[in-house]
Amino acid sequence: MSAILPAIPIRLEKRTERTPSWVQAATPVGAFLFAFVIVTVILLAGGHNPLQSYNAMLQASVTSTSAISQTLVSATPLLLTGLAAAVAFRMGIWNIGGEGQLYIGAICASGVALAIGAHGIGLALPAMILAAMVGGALWAAIPGLLRAYLNANEILTSLMLNYTAGLLLDWLINDSNSYWRDTSGASAYLVAHGKTIPGAANWPAIGGGNFSVPFGFLVGLVLAALLFVLVRHTWLGYQLRVTADNPGVGRYAGMASKRNFVIVMLLSGAIAAIAGASQVGDFTHILDPTGLQSPQYGYTGIVVAALGRYNPLAVVISALLLGAITNAGINVQSATFPQSLTGVIEGIILFCVLGSEIFSRYRVRVGAEKATVAA
Amino acid sequence: MNRGLVIQLIATGIFYGTPMAIAALGELLAERSGVLNLGVEGMMLMGAVVAFWVSRDVSGPNGLVLIIAVLAGAAAAAAVSLIHAFMTITLRANQVVSGLALTIFAGATGLSSYVGDLANLGGNPGRHIMNAINVFGLKDVPILGPIIFNQPALVYISWVIAFAIYWYVNKTRQGLHLRAVGENPEAADAMGVSVTRYRYAHVLIGGALAGVGGSFYTLVISSEWTDGITSGAGWIALALVILAFWRPAGVIAGAYLFGVVSALGANLSARGVQLPPEVFSALPYVLTIAVLAIVSSGWGRGRFGAPAALGVPYARDGG
Repeated sequence: MSAILPAIPIRLEKRTERTPSWVQAATPVGAFLFAFVIVTVILLAGGHNPLQSYNAMLQASVTSTSAISQTLVSATPLLLTGLAAAVAFRMGIWNIGGEGQLYIGAICASGVALAIGAHGIGLALPAMILAAMVGGALWAAIPGLLRAYLNANEILTSLMLNYTAGLLLDWLINDSNSYWRDTSGASAYLVAHGKTIPGAANWPAIGGGNFSVPFGFLVGLVLAALLFVLVRHTWLGYQLRVTADNPGVGRYAGMASKRNFVIVMLLSGAIAAIAGASQVGDFTHILDPTGLQSPQYGYTGIVVAALGRYNPLAVVISALLLGAITNAGINVQSATFPQSLTGVIEGIILFCVLGSEIFSRYRVRVGAEKATVAA
Repeated sequence: MNRGLVIQLIATGIFYGTPMAIAALGELLAERSGVLNLGVEGMMLMGAVVAFWVSRDVSGPNGLVLIIAVLAGAAAAAAVSLIHAFMTITLRANQVVSGLALTIFAGATGLSSYVGDLANLGGNPGRHIMNAINVFGLKDVPILGPIIFNQPALVYISWVIAFAIYWYVNKTRQGLHLRAVGENPEAADAMGVSVTRYRYAHVLIGGALAGVGGSFYTLVISSEWTDGITSGAGWIALALVILAFWRPAGVIAGAYLFGVVSALGANLSARGVQLPPEVFSALPYVLTIAVLAIVSSGWGRGRFGAPAALGVPYARDGG
């Protein structure tokens, strides 16, 4: 059976056999090359010299130890939100609430740090991560339970909760005398801002000299490995994969799909919330509503997860790649590489990778009967 | 609360609700055909930036320039929605991921901002602005005057669009086909309706309407371009479609509710009411979640639920 594409004589034939491994390997590479060509065309059309732009990008993100450190700063939240999205999407659960779960994580972690941060990092760090995970999991439980027991679409409910969490964040700092807000002195009222957490609760960076790795990035690496094992090698992971790929089979085998659905949502929310904790512990040391909301790490995390094809280990690579692009946008910000290009490039890469997936699911035949395989 | 405040609230609610309503009406068409497009925010921004660009650089009589600007905004947004259509309909990619990619691609740090940079639009005031029309000279009629007879043209156009969509979806043969494509594409295909063609067409119209909604921000509300000027209205439009159970009249009512509620916060705090504005702002989102939970479970599902094939790519071989 084949579907005719509009205007182009291309036929898609569903692959009945396993996708050849060379196709699986060549597809993302081809997608990246294709994306590279399109971005180059856009740069040329915008009157930029592509070589200069790429050079500026590499210098800002890759070619020195300090540049790589900067890339890791941008990659840290993306790795964590990417893993959160990957674990849910791999299971066919469309949690797009990573954004809000990240805010909740930042709120919980900064609250704990303000309360007990002075007792030292040994207590503060695990307490911050734990508090964030609990908060994020509970926030994610709302769409999880609504879906499992009332059948409410989790895409839409988790999206609505992102706005609610953002408003909670705004309220805690801008329009209340909350525990998080700095209320000491007149200047604190002039420009509303949060209390700075005690220095003892600042997360340690690993490295020396010009090079440093944020602690949150290391947490992300450990989580990536754990998730990989969880999905591939545990009974829970097996159940989840079966349920995701074929809900009917899962139910027939007595697997509790509703309970599993909620478990995955809790896990995804908890991981996204660590990204929020890391923003506070690693970087800002303050609950900053604008700083947390404007980069849209939660939404970009979905892009990261899709680029990594929901494989936790591949997500590490895609987080580094998007971290490098984001970082170039932030740090170059000049005529050769305007920040607005980051979204354009990220979008194009994602579209190309997403579009290329069709090659692993279908044989693409051009022309009416000719048997050529394009890849 | 006195009567003056209520009238003012409703009038501003309609005003600020209109761009979201127009974008949501477009999304409604796309979703009715079975395609969820989370790229509304990005498409609105494309509409906003291109409409502003045209209004700044094209000279001519005010009305004509504004018409061209709105149409150009619609065309730009439709053009980017074509990417989503190609990805999800032809290449059968995941609609959630593709829609998000569209918002990142075209959104506040993407193509719309890039276009704004290239055309040097930031910080320059526009040269054409759409003012309120004193319809039939009735703007001073008590109560109704300020609410419905003193709005910009796009408000009236949005009512025409809503009615046209209602008529199209429910009363025409093509509308019947559209519903079939969204509810049961296999059956539509068997009837001889081209699922691909219907989905492409409605995603594109949806994109065009998102562009019109976006142009409201740079031609009516503000006469300037700033990155991300729609500030989340596209996401609200997505919520509206659900809140309205995929029905045009509901979209209009819901949009005005959002508009009134967001105006309410500012108005009340200006009058010394001590409730945080965030509470009012959060109300529509919480309401949407509650409504969604109620209509999804049990009694409401068949009557008020989402199109059955929403989010599912269609392939004759079962995809």
